[in-house]
Formats: sequence, C-alpha cells, structure tokens
Amino acid sequence: MDVLKKVPVREQEAEVRAANFEEVCLGYDVEEAKCEAERCINCQNARCIMGCPVAINIPGFIQKVKEGDIEGAYQVISEASALPAVCGRVCPQETQCEGKCIRGIKGEPVSIGKLERFVADWAGENNIKPDGAREKKGTKVAVIGSGPAGLTCAGDLAKMGYAVTIFEALHEPGGVLVYGIPEFRLPKEAVVAKEIENVRSLGVKIETNVVIGKSVTIDQLIEEEGFSAVFIGSGAGLPKFMGIQGENANGVFSANEYLTRSNLMKAFNRESATPIMVGRKVAVVGGGNVAMDAARTALRLGAEVHIVYRRSEEELPARAEEVHHAREEGVIFDILTNPTEILADESGWVSGMKCIKMELGEPDASGRRRPVEIPDSEFIMELDTVIMSLGTSPNPLISSTAKGLEVNKWQCIVADEANGKTTKEGVYAGGDAVTGAATVILAMGAGKAAARGIDDYLSNE
Amino acid sequence: MYKIVKAKELADNIYLMDVEAKRVAKTCEPGQFVIVRTDDEGERIPLTICDYDREKGTVTIVFQVVGASTLLMSGLKEGDYFRDFVGPLGQASEFVHEDKEELKKKKILFVAGGVGTAPVYPQVKWLDQQGISADVIVGSKTKDLLILEQEMKEVAGSLYVTTDDGSYGRSGMVTQVIKDLVAEGKEYDVCVAIGPMIMMKFVCLLTKELNIPTVVSMNPIMVDGTGMCGACRLTVDGKVKFACVDGPEFDGHAVNFDESMRRQLMYKTQEGRAMLKLQEGATHHGGCGNCK
Repeated sequence: MDVLKKVPVREQEAEVRAANFEEVCLGYDVEEAKCEAERCINCQNARCIMGCPVAINIPGFIQKVKEGDIEGAYQVISEASALPAVCGRVCPQETQCEGKCIRGIKGEPVSIGKLERFVADWAGENNIKPDGAREKKGTKVAVIGSGPAGLTCAGDLAKMGYAVTIFEALHEPGGVLVYGIPEFRLPKEAVVAKEIENVRSLGVKIETNVVIGKSVTIDQLIEEEGFSAVFIGSGAGLPKFMGIQGENANGVFSANEYLTRSNLMKAFNRESATPIMVGRKVAVVGGGNVAMDAARTALRLGAEVHIVYRRSEEELPARAEEVHHAREEGVIFDILTNPTEILADESGWVSGMKCIKMELGEPDASGRRRPVEIPDSEFIMELDTVIMSLGTSPNPLISSTAKGLEVNKWQCIVADEANGKTTKEGVYAGGDAVTGAATVILAMGAGKAAARGIDDYLSNE
Repeated sequence: MYKIVKAKELADNIYLMDVEAKRVAKTCEPGQFVIVRTDDEGERIPLTICDYDREKGTVTIVFQVVGASTLLMSGLKEGDYFRDFVGPLGQASEFVHEDKEELKKKKILFVAGGVGTAPVYPQVKWLDQQGISADVIVGSKTKDLLILEQEMKEVAGSLYVTTDDGSYGRSGMVTQVIKDLVAEGKEYDVCVAIGPMIMMKFVCLLTKELNIPTVVSMNPIMVDGTGMCGACRLTVDGKVKFACVDGPEFDGHAVNFDESMRRQLMYKTQEGRAMLKLQEGATHHGGCGNCK
C-alpha cells in the first residue's frame, strides 16, 4: 500500500451507471476500510475535527476501525452525528475534514468520508441503533421540517430526554435528502429511510402533511398544543428563475420541480404515477450540486445533457466528486456561457435557447470574478428541455405567519449562529432557513447548536 | 391515513368525498385547496375544497375522472383511506378577509362551469352565512353532468342553471346567461368565475367588455403545492406568480390564459399512456415508441 494515496473505492463504471439509478459509489469493504484507516496518524490536535461542522471525533472512530471494532466506531460517530450514512456520501469533505488532514499536505488526505460511510452502512446492515436518552423529561418541543437540520435537532433533543414532534409539509420525511439528492447519490430505501428510522427509534414523532403557517401556526403550537419551544428547519425551498423571455414555455423547469418529480415522486421509474419530461437534449443552467444532480438525472433518463454555467471551470460551486462523476458519465460542460432567451415553437414547447459567451472580470461581493458578456458572441443552442438550477431561497410562509420572527432581505430567518436563537421567544432556527441554500452538514451543525440552545432555554425557564 | 367517511357519485364520472382531516378542517377557508394521494405510489393531486365541517373534522372534495389516478380514486369507498391529505393550501378567497359592512354593499355574481361548481359552493355558502346573497350561474355540458344544484339553491340568492345542449334549465353557455342578465338590467360589482380554463378565459373576455372586475381560480399542474417547484407558475399582469402560494385566485382580466392552457397540456402524452395502461391491463404493449 502506498501510504500517500487513498485506498481506491470501487464505483460503477461510467458507461454502465449513466443508464441506471443505482448508487454510483460502492463503498469500502471491511478490508479496504481497515487498510485506509491505517493511514490515519491519530494526530494529537486533530485538525480534521476542526474542519467538521458537527465535530465528530474523527481520529477516535478511525482508531476503532483499525481495531476492527466497527460497532464502537459507529457509537463514536453517533455521539456527534445523527446521519453518518448521509454525510459520508454527500459532505464536501475536500473543503472540510479531508481539507485539513495532515496526510493531505504531502499526498492524499485520509479518505474520512468513505470511512464514515463504511461504518454507517455496516451499522445499518447489522441493525445497530444509536444510544438513546437516559431519562425522559416530558417537555414538548416542536421541530418544523424533517430535513437534515430538523432530524439532527430532534435526535439530539430526544437524546436529552425531550418529547419531540417533527412537523413535515411533504408526505415523506427527509427534506432535501428525499426530494433533492438523487437515488444514485443517496439511496432512499437503503440509506435515508434507515437513518430516519434511527431518529424515530430515539422516540421522535414525525407528523407528515402538516404545513406550518397553513395547517397550523407556530403561535398555535405554543399556545394551544403545549409545545414549550420550537425549532425551525424549514429549509430554502423557493426556486429562482432568471426572468428571461420564454421561461414559461413547456419544457422549462426549476431544478426543484425536476428533482422532486424524480426523487420524491420516483418519476425516474416508468411505473410511477407521476410523469417527468424525458427530453432529447437538455440544458441545465447553473453549476452547483443541484445542477449536477439535475443534469445526471436527465442523462440517466436518456438525454444529451449540457451544463450551462456563466463562470469558468474553477468557479463551479459543486462538490468536486459530483463534477468529476458528471464528466465521466458524459455530461457536456458549456462554461462561460449564459442564457439570454428561451425559444419556443408555435405550440409553446421549448425549441432552443439563445446564449451569449462570457469572460471573467473583476471579483464581486462574494469574491468570485464577475462574469461579463462578450459582445456579439450570441449563438443558439437547439434544445427541448431547460432546467433552471440557479439556487433557492427560504419560503416566506413561516416567517409571514409568526409574529415577531425577524427575517433579512433574502427572507432568511435571523438567528444566532451559536445557538439558533431567533427574535421570537422560545423559537430557534437553523439550516438553509437561516443561511440560504447551503449543505446538509452545515444544516446538521445548526440543528445541534439549536438543540443545545433549546436545552439551555428550557432548563432555565 | 385519512379516512373517507362518505363517498358518492354526484354525476357521470364526478365524485364527492368527505374525508377526515382534522387539521385541515380546523383552519381552511373558501378558496383554498388540498393535495391528496391515494397510496404509496400515487401522484400528488390538488383539489379545491368544496365544503368543510370544523366540528366533525371533515373536508369535502369533488373530483372528475380525467385519467388513471382519478380513475383509481373513484374506486375508493366509505371506510377506505387516503394515504396523504394536506392543506389548507393557497390563499383564501379575498372576501373572507374583507370588511363585512363593505362586502354587504357589493352585488356579486358567481359563474361556475362543470366541476368548478364545487369550489364555487363554499364561497356562496360562506357569503350566505354572513347574510349576503349572491347570484349564481351554473353551467354544465349536459343534464347528467350537473352537480350540487340542490345545495347551491339553498345558499344562493338567485340560481341560473344552463346546459350547453339545453337538456336542462336554460340552453347555452354561461357567457350567454351573463349577457342575458346584464341585458335584463342586472348590475354586478364583482364576478367570480371558476371552471375549465377555457371557460374562465371567455367569461373574462366578456366581463372585461362589461366592466365587471372578475376573480378566477386557476387550476394548473402542481407537484408540491407549497411554493417549492414552480410547476404551477402562470403570468398575471406580465409577472410570474405561483398559483399554489399567490393564488389560486387571481384577477381574471390580468391572467395570461393562453399560456396557462398550453402549460396544462405538458404531460398529455404520459397521461394518455397511463390511462391506456390501466384500461388495457395485461394486453398493454407500450406503444410504437415513436413519440418520447
């Protein structure tokens, strides 16, 4: 074994996986995991822990893997994380734990993500559950949203003994884990359902089909249903459109719609009752993880797919592994390109998209170089489907129906980063609802912080 | 699981169901809708609320069989369950929040087309409960497709029934009745028109000429119904709105009906196939493969 290189992980071959929805990455087996675990130096002041938004004791769990005590490794991870099988698959480790790994200075970092995934999957296969609460407190806490922030907050509160009920607007819990991230990155039955079951096993109740702000309000939950505190983890579900001509033509979708049809409603499966547009030539506008997910879904449904992104390759915000996989599978990247108009035929169906080439100018407020149009460089892409994947913002439904809950100009709930406290008494918030669209792991970190905040608040009442 | 406590066929292929959904029944208002799913594999189907009983905790829905999913739904009986039933979604009808004294001064005309009679009913009933009488025109293709006539009679001021083929009541389309009433000297401050999009479009063209402000209830394709996906987007006064959060009611004179009617056709091919599959059963062979 070359100690400077990661033990390679088996994946489905690009040509094969581009036609199926099974998981791309096959994960380590126990031998490969132990081998990779040997690469961990077990640093005294582990920098990887500092890179983890939920501060998992990374060297701690890796030592257990070295010893062959996988159950022990799982319990170490579970102390900090409620969803290890999810994080091992979707965290951008390259900018977090692995980005700080000492091994990564000279060679490749320890494959922390794949090790976490291995441990979590092993626990799932062997029916190991996380440790529950010692004594029950009986105080009721309401959690709004069953995505990563809500599930984590609920799990942590349940472990502290609180009686938690999660309210979910959709008919299936999981939030982005079920509607946003595709089956081939995050299997729903095999992985997500099991993780949610683990949260339920801690005593958490999940009530689906409840839209807070419509079916019931936060004030009613507190005043009429006996909840002593509330955590808002309602995410950032509002899709953004460009506002260009032709955007309402038949065949133009928000990535949210496309992915919700495919992932939540299982439209990728022809047997499903929910239809999805199966185009011949698709353009996905955007360069983030959601754009990659939409592109790779459309590819698997049989289309020729283009990612149309206005900045350059280096600026693509998507996770490195997703861009790499997308390329391998045959997604075409049209970078430094921006749409200006969507063209439709006489019946109102998309027939093409007018685009213009871009070049990078001075950096803007986010620090990224601003894309500028190159004059006279317009051209027309012939297409039949356009998927707008430009980002999402929080749905104003909750903030507009909760008196005293302050939001900023982007509809994000104003909350303390350290403990999730909002401007409304007894109400905490975290995740995309506060930060705008971000990642699963950051939402989990916020869920943890808020659980501590709520515990402090309720203990001092 | 949401129990069906009453299920009956109102007319040819049009069904009514009372469903136990306590949270929805407690807070819903006329104008709002719910989304239902029959089982684990089902589609999310939006339906405007027809009636509700806050004490019993039930909500009434009315639907027409238009494809495979609604065909399956029509087979459900009293005692069966909907797997999912969520709401109330959308904004309530504007007059629910209007000043009652101001509202009492208004002369309101409702125009209901086909299954649109179901969402018109709760609005007329609500007004009646406030002591306000509205005129209601109910149009259907033929006598056998007429629904809720008796119920509407009990809450409307004057009820005018018309059928396209003249098999019952007046003969002709709802637009003709509007013209007739106006010709007789009737004056209206506002019109509420609910029915198939093409009907709402033509009613609005007429009421624009007659200078009667009109509210319509749009019924685009939806997926989540909470503002997450944009499938239900339409153009109102040149701006993009989501029917599920900004609507479903909008100023009828500002809606781009042609665009909305086009968008409703997006899944015709898939819907047609699904229906064929259900009807053909074991002999279904998946088609010639020429259209994707």
